[in-house]
Amino acid sequence: MNIAVLLSMVPDLVEELEIAPSGVALDTQWLRYLLSESDDHALEQALLLKERYGGKVTALALDRGEAEEALYTALARGADEAVKLTGIPEEGWGKRAAAAVVGAVLKESAPDLILTGVQAIDDMDGHMAGALAGILGLPFVGVTRSVDAPGAGKVLVQKEYPGGMAAEIEVDLPAVIGVLSAPQPPRYVPVARIREARKTRTISEREAPSVAAPEGLVIRRLFKPEPAERAEMLDGTPEEMARQIVTILENRGLVR
Amino acid sequence: MCGGSCPLAFAMEYTPRHSIYLLKEGLLDQVLKSNTLWLCVSCYNCTSRCPSGLKITDVLFPALRDAAMSAGHTLPAEFKKALDNTYRYGNSFGEAPRKRMDWARGAGVPVPIISQLKRPVEALWLVECYPAYHPRNQLQAQAMARVLHSMGVDFAVLGPEERCVGDCERLSGEAGLFESLVEKNIALFDKYEYDEIVTADPHAFNSLTRIYPDATGRQFPVRHYVEFLAARMDALRPLLGNRIEARVTYHDNCCLGRMSGLYESPRELLRAIPGISLVEMPFTRENALCCGGGGGGMWLDTVIWQAAHERLSDRRVAHALSTGADILAVSCPFEASRFEDALKSTGNEGKIVVKDIVELLDESAGTRGGMPA
Ligand code: SF4
Repeated sequence: MNIAVLLSMVPDLVEELEIAPSGVALDTQWLRYLLSESDDHALEQALLLKERYGGKVTALALDRGEAEEALYTALARGADEAVKLTGIPEEGWGKRAAAAVVGAVLKESAPDLILTGVQAIDDMDGHMAGALAGILGLPFVGVTRSVDAPGAGKVLVQKEYPGGMAAEIEVDLPAVIGVLSAPQPPRYVPVARIREARKTRTISEREAPSVAAPEGLVIRRLFKPEPAERAEMLDGTPEEMARQIVTILENRGLVR
Repeated sequence: MCGGSCPLAFAMEYTPRHSIYLLKEGLLDQVLKSNTLWLCVSCYNCTSRCPSGLKITDVLFPALRDAAMSAGHTLPAEFKKALDNTYRYGNSFGEAPRKRMDWARGAGVPVPIISQLKRPVEALWLVECYPAYHPRNQLQAQAMARVLHSMGVDFAVLGPEERCVGDCERLSGEAGLFESLVEKNIALFDKYEYDEIVTADPHAFNSLTRIYPDATGRQFPVRHYVEFLAARMDALRPLLGNRIEARVTYHDNCCLGRMSGLYESPRELLRAIPGISLVEMPFTRENALCCGGGGGGMWLDTVIWQAAHERLSDRRVAHALSTGADILAVSCPFEASRFEDALKSTGNEGKIVVKDIVELLDESAGTRGGMPA
C-alpha cells in the first residue's frame, strides 16, 4: 500500500505571537514553526500500517519554517520518501488554497491512502483533510483514533463521536483520513538517527503547481483577545455562594 | 556491590548486577522490557564502589536506554518531552531561548551578556537551564549574580545563546542529542574570551570536566561555584556581615561529591558565614544519598514513584530532619525544588528550610532583595 502523509507546519506557541503591521497576519520575524500535533499522529499511524502490512510511506510538506527538519525526522522515523513543495508565497496560503495545491500533486502520485491530521492550531475547524478529499473526489473520514488494513482495497477506521461514542467504518481505497490520534503515541526518534538522515537521505523538492486558489474566508482584522469586563468575585460560605450563583443565573434568564 | 549499593535496586525488576548477568547471557531484550533502565538516577554509587571499575552509570545505563530508544520502545511521556524540548529549544522545559534571561530582571544587579560586552571577561558564568527557567531555581541564579557582583568578579553570561550542557541528556542515553549539544556549546565557548567558566550546576560541571574532554580531546577551564568562591575567600569573607544564627546541615550532591571529591569547599563556605554551626547528617560525603534528580531523574519521577512509592528526595529530607538542623544547605539547582517538594509531600513543610549555599552567602552579605522574575 502506498501511503502519503501530509505534514503541516504550524506556529510554535513557545514564542509570543505578534501581529504584523498589516493587521491581518502574524508577524513572522520571530515565528518558528513546528509539526502540527495531529499530523505527528498521522505519520505514526502510517508507520504502524507500514510495519504491519508493508508498503511505502511518503511524507509531504509545504515549505514553511522548519519543514525540512520535520521531513528529515519523518525519514529517520521510517518514512521511505520525503517531498517538499517549494514556491510558497511568503504570507503562506489559506487552507483551501493549500489543499488545492497538495491535491494537484497527490492526483499525479495517486497514493492508495492519504493521511493527515484532522485539525491544526491554525485549522481548528479541520478544513484541510476534508477539502483535500473533496478536491480529489475521494471518500473521507475524520477524527480517527486507529486505522487498520485487514483486507485488500479498504481500510477499517475507528472514529470518535461526541458523547464517548465510537464507530468502526470500512472505507474503500483510495481515501483521505483525518487522523486525531494514532493507536500509540508518536515514537521517539533518537537525534543520532535524524543527524544520520540529514547526511544520508535526500528530500525531493517539487515546485508547487499553480492552481486557481478557490475563494476562501478573508481576514479583515487579526487581534489579541480583548479582556472582557472585570470578573465579579463572590464571597461567603459555599452555600451562600451557591445561592448567589443561582440568583445570577436566574436574573440572566439562564435557568428557570 | 552495585546491586547492594543502588538506592533504587529494591524497586528494579533486575538490580544492576542482575542486569549485567542477563546481558552477559545475551538477554538484552529481557532487560529492555524491565523497569530497571528507567529507575537509575545517575547517583554514581555503584560506579564509585565497583571493585571492577565498571562504568555502570556513565556507560551501561545510557547504553540500555539508547537501545530501548533505537528499538522504538515507548518512552515515559515526561522523559520523551524533555528530550524533544532539549533538541528543539536547547532546554528541557520547552521554553523560548529568548526568555533565557528573564530571571535576571529580579537580580537587582546588572547581569552582563558576553556578546554585548565585546571584551574578554574573567569568568564566563554558565547559568544552565533550571536556574534560568525554573521559578525556584531562578532565586539561586539571582543570589549568585548578587554575590559575584558584590565581590567585584568580572563576569558575564551567554544569555539567549546559551544551551543545555546536556549531562542529563547524555545519561538519559541520548548520545546523538548530547553530541549535537557538545558541538554547539564548543562553538560558543570558542567564540568568546574568558579566563575560566563557572557554573552553579554540578551536572554541567560533571560533563564539562569529565565528558567534554573525552569527546573533544580538549580541556575546559571550568569550576563549580563552591570551588570558585572558596578560592576567593579573601574577597568574600569581608562581605559576610549579617549573622545567620542557625544549625545547618549540608547535602553532598553526587556530581560534586562522589564524582569530584569536592567535600571541603562547600563546608568552608558555610563555616565562613558568621553564626552558622554546621552539623552532619547520616550518609554524607561519598555515602550521601542522591536527591533522585540526576541523569533524567527529573523527568522520571512518575515512573520511579510507580515502582518505588517514594522519591529519594523524600528519604533524604528525613536524614536532614534527623539532625535537628534549621537549614538544609545545597549546591545544586535540582535539590532546592526537590527537597522543598519532598518536605511538603512527607508532611514536613516548615520543619527545615532549604537554601542553596549561595543564597546563604547572599543573605549574609546583605545583598539580598531579589524576587522571582
Ligand atoms: S547510578 Fe545510582 S541509581 Fe543508577 S544504578 Fe548506579 S547506584 Fe543505582
